[in-house]
Amino acid sequence: MEDKENKKSIQDKLATIKYNCDNKTHLIVDQKKCAKCKDKPCLAICPANVYSIDENTNEIVVQYENCLECGACRLFCPKGAIDWNYPSSGCGVVFKNS
Amino acid sequence: MFFIEITCIINIMDINYNADVIVVGAGPCGISAALEVARAGKKVVLLDRAKYAGSKNMYGGAIYKTALKEVFQDDFDTLPYERIINSHSWAFLNDTGSFSLTYQDSCESEAYAVKRFNLEKWMIEIIKKKGVYFAPNTLVKNLVMQNEYVVGVETELEKYYAPIVILADGVNSLLAKGLNLREKYKPKDVILSAKETIKLDKKIIEERFNLKEDLTNGVTKMYLGNPDGIKNVFMMGFLYTFKDTIMLGVGANLSDLVQNKININKLLEYLKNHNDIKPLIKDGQTLEYSAHLIPETGYNKMPKLTDNGVIVAGDAAGFVNSVHFEGTNYALISGKLAGKTALCALENSNFSQEYLSLYKKELDKSFILKDLYTYRNIIDRLYDRRASLMNYYPYKMKEFFKIVTSANCKSKSLQFREYFLSFFKDRNLKELIKDGYMAFRCVLDIFFGR
Repeated sequence: MEDKENKKSIQDKLATIKYNCDNKTHLIVDQKKCAKCKDKPCLAICPANVYSIDENTNEIVVQYENCLECGACRLFCPKGAIDWNYPSSGCGVVFKNS
Repeated sequence: MFFIEITCIINIMDINYNADVIVVGAGPCGISAALEVARAGKKVVLLDRAKYAGSKNMYGGAIYKTALKEVFQDDFDTLPYERIINSHSWAFLNDTGSFSLTYQDSCESEAYAVKRFNLEKWMIEIIKKKGVYFAPNTLVKNLVMQNEYVVGVETELEKYYAPIVILADGVNSLLAKGLNLREKYKPKDVILSAKETIKLDKKIIEERFNLKEDLTNGVTKMYLGNPDGIKNVFMMGFLYTFKDTIMLGVGANLSDLVQNKININKLLEYLKNHNDIKPLIKDGQTLEYSAHLIPETGYNKMPKLTDNGVIVAGDAAGFVNSVHFEGTNYALISGKLAGKTALCALENSNFSQEYLSLYKKELDKSFILKDLYTYRNIIDRLYDRRASLMNYYPYKMKEFFKIVTSANCKSKSLQFREYFLSFFKDRNLKELIKDGYMAFRCVLDIFFGR
C-alpha cells in the first residue's frame, strides 16, 4: 500500500470518529527541534495523520483535532520535540464503539 | 529525626481533606479501587478526564469473568455483554492462506465481549450506588505535594485533598512520570494498536462464524505472521465477534514500526484484505476506528509502585500480560489491592511509602506479580526471534501442509525428506538453534516461574 493511499485510508476512517473538539492544541511541537530532525517519524507513524509538513515553510503542521490520544508520538519523537498533554476536561476523542 | 517526623504529621493534619481517597482515572482499575474503598464506608472521589468514562478507552474486545466477579460480585449478572467468547483460534498467516488451531468449549467460558463505552457506563452505575463520588469531565493537571507527601490533586478548576491518591490513569500516566515513579518509556516498551469496529447484520455474523442466536457463544481469533516484504515487525492481529459488529485490529511493537517506517493502518489494511479475513468482514461498514498503546514493560521495567501518599495501578503500572492478552483482569485486581492498601493506611493513619509498600506485598501474593515475574523475559525472547516467528515459520507451515494436502502425484517420501532438509538449507543453522533455544528457555521460564 502506497503512503498516499494509506493517508487517504486513515482520513476516511477518522471520519467515523466523534470528537468533542478542544479550542486549543494539546500537542505543542518545538519547530526548532523539528527543523533538525532528519527522519521525522511523526509524518509516517501517527495512526491519525496528525502531523504533516508545510511545503512552503518546511514546518510541522499539527492537526490536533484528529488526535486519538494514543501517546505514540510522545515516545517515538527522536528529538523529544513534542510537548504531549491530554486535551482539556471532556474534550478530544470520544470512542463509543471500541 | 523524630522531631522532623512529628512536624511532618502535624503539617499534613492541617490540610482540610475533601475525601479519604482520590482515584485518578475511571477505567477498570480506578473503578475497582474506588469501589473497594467505598465498600468500607470511606469517602472516595473518582476523577476522569473524559465526558463519559470509557470513551477514551480501547481494547481487543473481551473482559474476564473471574476478575469481574471478584470485584462486582453479584452485580456481574447484569454485565451488558454482547457475546460470550468461547472459541479461540490462532492462525499463522502467509500471503495467500493460513494454518490455524482452534480451541472451543461450549460450557466453560471466561471472556465476555463488551464495548468499553458500555462496560465503563455499567461499572460507574454500580459504584455510584455503593457511594463512590464520581466526577467526569475532570482532568488532573498535577499532584499536590506537601513535605514530600502527595496530599491531593490539582484539576483545571480546583484542588482536591486526600491523604491517599491512587493513580489509575492508564498507559500514558503523566502523573506517575511527573513523580518520577517511572522512567520514560522507549518505543520498544509499548505496542501500538489500531482497531476497526465493523458493522454487520447480526444474522450474517452468526452465519459466518457458526454462532447461536442467543449470544451465548462467540469467537476470537489471533493472527500471527507478517505480510511478505515486511520483516522484523513484531505484530499480532485480533478479531472478536460482538452482537452486530466485528472488532478487527492489530498491534505491533512501536519501535519496529518506527524502524521500518510502517504505519499501523497499513498492517490493519493487510489483515482486512487477507484471503482468510476478507470474507468474514465482507460488506461490513466501519463504524469506528481507534488506536491505543499497550505497555509491555512487565516485571523488569516495573515502576516504583508506591510513594508517600500515592499508589500506582493498572496500565499506569504496566500490568499487562500480552502473551495471553490479559490486561483488564490485572487492572481490576490491582485496583482492588490498591484500594485495600489505602484502607489499611487509613486505619493506621500511616501514608508513608514504607507503609504503602504493603501494596507490593499483596501484588506479590496475587497472580499479577507471579505471572509478570514468570513472563519477565518471555516477551523479549519472542521479540528477539520475531523474524523467525513472523516470517519464517508461517511460510514453513504453508510448505508442510502443501505436501500433506496436495495430491500432486509425487513421492511423499521425497517431498518430506526435502522439506526436512530445507530447515538446514534455508538459513544459517545458527538461526535454527537459536529458535530452539528460545523455545526451550520459554518453557523453562514457565515451568520454574512463581
